[in-house]
Amino acid sequence: MKQICLYFEIHQPVHLKRYRFFEIGKDHYYYDDYENERAIRDTADNSYVPALTTLLEMCKQNDNFKCCFSLSGVAIEMLEQYAPEVIDLLQQIAETGKADFLAEPYSHGLASLGNEESFKNEVERLAHRVQELFGVTPKVMRNSNLIYSDEIGSMAADMGYKGIIVEGAKHILGWKSPHYVYSCAVDNRISLLMRDYKLSDDICLRFSDSSWVEYPLMADKYVDWIANLPQSEEVITIGMELCAIGMFQPLSSSILEFIKALPVCAAQRGIGFATPAELVENRKAVDTVEVPYPMSWNDEERDISGWLGNTMQREAFAKLYEEKLVGRILACKDRRIKQDWDRLQATNNFQYMTTKPQAVPMLRSFYDSAFDAFTNYMNILGDFLKRVNDLFSENVENDELNALYTQIANLGDELTVKENEISVLRARLEKFESKAEKVEVPVEAPVEVAPVVEEVAAPAPKKCATKKCATKKTPAKKATTKKAESAKK
Amino acid sequence: MKVLMFGWEFPPKIYGGLAVASYGITKGLSLQGDVETTFCMPKPTGEEEGFLKIVNMSQVPVVWRDVNYDWIKDRFVGHTAEDYYRFRDHLYADFNYLQGLDDLGCIGFAGGYPSNLHDEINNFSIIAGVLARSEEFDLIHAHDWLTYPAGVHAKMVSGKPLCIHVHATDFDRSRGKVNPTVYSIEKNGMDHADCIMCVSEHTRQTVIHQYHQDPRKCVAMHNAVYPLSQDLVDIVPNKTPGEKVVTYLGRITMQKGPEYFVEAAAKVLQRTRNIRFCMAGSGDMMNAMIHLAAERGIADRFHFPGFQKGRQVYESYKNSDVFVMPSVSEPFGIAPLEAMQCGCPSIISKQSGCGEILDNVIKVDYWDIDAMADAMYSVCTNDALYNYLSEEGIKEVDRITWEKVGLRIRECYNQLCGRGYFNNDDYLNAVKHIK
Repeated sequence: MKQICLYFEIHQPVHLKRYRFFEIGKDHYYYDDYENERAIRDTADNSYVPALTTLLEMCKQNDNFKCCFSLSGVAIEMLEQYAPEVIDLLQQIAETGKADFLAEPYSHGLASLGNEESFKNEVERLAHRVQELFGVTPKVMRNSNLIYSDEIGSMAADMGYKGIIVEGAKHILGWKSPHYVYSCAVDNRISLLMRDYKLSDDICLRFSDSSWVEYPLMADKYVDWIANLPQSEEVITIGMELCAIGMFQPLSSSILEFIKALPVCAAQRGIGFATPAELVENRKAVDTVEVPYPMSWNDEERDISGWLGNTMQREAFAKLYEEKLVGRILACKDRRIKQDWDRLQATNNFQYMTTKPQAVPMLRSFYDSAFDAFTNYMNILGDFLKRVNDLFSENVENDELNALYTQIANLGDELTVKENEISVLRARLEKFESKAEKVEVPVEAPVEVAPVVEEVAAPAPKKCATKKCATKKTPAKKATTKKAESAKK
Repeated sequence: MKVLMFGWEFPPKIYGGLAVASYGITKGLSLQGDVETTFCMPKPTGEEEGFLKIVNMSQVPVVWRDVNYDWIKDRFVGHTAEDYYRFRDHLYADFNYLQGLDDLGCIGFAGGYPSNLHDEINNFSIIAGVLARSEEFDLIHAHDWLTYPAGVHAKMVSGKPLCIHVHATDFDRSRGKVNPTVYSIEKNGMDHADCIMCVSEHTRQTVIHQYHQDPRKCVAMHNAVYPLSQDLVDIVPNKTPGEKVVTYLGRITMQKGPEYFVEAAAKVLQRTRNIRFCMAGSGDMMNAMIHLAAERGIADRFHFPGFQKGRQVYESYKNSDVFVMPSVSEPFGIAPLEAMQCGCPSIISKQSGCGEILDNVIKVDYWDIDAMADAMYSVCTNDALYNYLSEEGIKEVDRITWEKVGLRIRECYNQLCGRGYFNNDDYLNAVKHIK
């Protein structure tokens, strides 16, 4: 049976404000609150709320319907602040049990290309957030803008994900069809679901275009296309931004009615819906797909040149993901720095700097040109870098920093271990005492016991340090050696 | 196709941008092979390049004099003695009342822009009448307002289509407070023209709205640049490591917005001290700018090297890290293109015509000194931006050539000669392929 996998992306960039270089070091607030509120309210009112209301209805009314959402962390934060009803609607949809949620990097950024540790950290944070809000643990991942390469595939596999949604790009698939489940070429633990860009764009780009030959597109015609695909092509992944419904395609184009009719028409033709997690669980990969260079769903080239195409973008990228900086941000406990870091990473900031010729004039936010976008971003980044560097002394290496943090974390563990020991020994002591009372031995026991306590506790630090080793690699080792040294002293 | 062209300047004698543009346009046309240009100018030096026919207006007779061939044959600069006799056969009125006639019956020109400019313009158009009667041509092309009366006169006499080239308008020069005499000459020329070539869309809009011209006969004809000669390419930049130089180069006058440059420089210097500012050129506002720089307390980092000419201009570009042109109203502005040729990133005002054909420059409003300062700082501190603008700038400016401008002008000529009127929409369709 053919199965449609329908997923919607929910992401909105945090708009930066005009930030001149003379504000560096003086002003640490980078956002245009008015524009953020306006943009979110606008999107929520015209797109998210009506679209999600419809999807909720569909989940309740159609037995066969299922869908999937992918939210970025920054979008969740902004929706909670400015349009909490969107979160409520998503929660209601989640309650029907027919919706799945995907994991993706928290910031909607390029960490997958810049820094593995930060990428994993971000995906974990998002998965945690999704679990908290919607009670669903994501099993399938989706990188920002569907950026994918073999390397990213194996990183996702390492994190325990079973599947990843990628673009069914022509230059990758060649003669292969996107309508099967594939697996990653370097890591067969992870399955790939190929987004069918033709069928997706029919809805999100062309639906209301009256000059398009297929206009007007009706649900029965659309489902017929799917039904008429070769018998063995059974997995149809259709994905788009949720704001395609209502923003790119205005509500007046009856797109909601079209979406509503999809499950009905599909049921008539014996086509079902499935979540990515189900597809990945139930279907075996037919083949591997090799993606040596990163690809995405952007532009005609389906590559990453929209974000890292020119020297300015690459410079900003290099500065943003500089190893020392990332280490410090991950190590620090300053929540505001962490939040700024998430917001600055969003790919939109890089997209504004593109100098690629555009078929349709692109929206550059308030920027005049790529150079303007670069200047503004670098000013902000300059201030941000300064703040991060001011957190810790210049000559402290990240390894040391991590070692210190590990040490602090371990100290806590050490204390609990010691406390446990003490309580055990106390209990034993009490036993002795009660025995002693019976046998009437002189009550000098505590004095004798004290050194025993220390002796027993001494090996404990090593033990817990090795325990930490599993999660934090090199720094923890260093910590152990250090501790050994200090122990010797 | 024969073109009778009126101009005021031509290299090697250069007073301003007009000479360079006139050269480029005629050269671009000559490369097509079948365009024959007769270029009439007040006072050639005799060292002009030979790809076009020069007519020396100070040696075209307006009054009949009986002169011996042998006596005069070596005296001509530009055209020849034979031409002189042909012109003498086409005198059309008695101009003996005129002052300053020489023994050939010609009116002398001082050349350049003397104080009696209006008389010279008038004399120029008197002589144009003689030329229009004696020369054979299909079309008249007049450069800048000084030659509009001549163009109009030639059109009246010959009935051939008139094309005028607007290199600047008085609105640009005066920030809106026009000189009525100049305005009336400009307006009269435009009213009589069949086609108005403006050096940018910016100028085209001025012509349409301030001179009330029909948009259909106005066309934006952007200028171009000639590739640098090898000896200029070979100039080795003389840069101090760790120090950046931001340059303004042009007349220091109201139209060019020098005060915005000083103000932006003061903003940049509040933050960093390793940037030097250089305001090259001379002009009526120079002293005021020196005062302003001193008042802002940045005189130690702000330099006035004076007027630069020839090779010095290119040396300045090569030694600079940023070139700034904050013009309040610039019809075209060829300087940023030259800076880009030298690999120097440019910041220009949005009110500059050349911005319409350039992508790899930073454009700011001339009054937005915050944005200007920000752009200067950004190029000076971010090597990635500097490199991108520098490399892409050279590539971009290399694609802007006078050959292409020549082809576009030819399209206008073809329309004018073929059907007698010009339409901008048809033109835009016809030149789509020239990129």
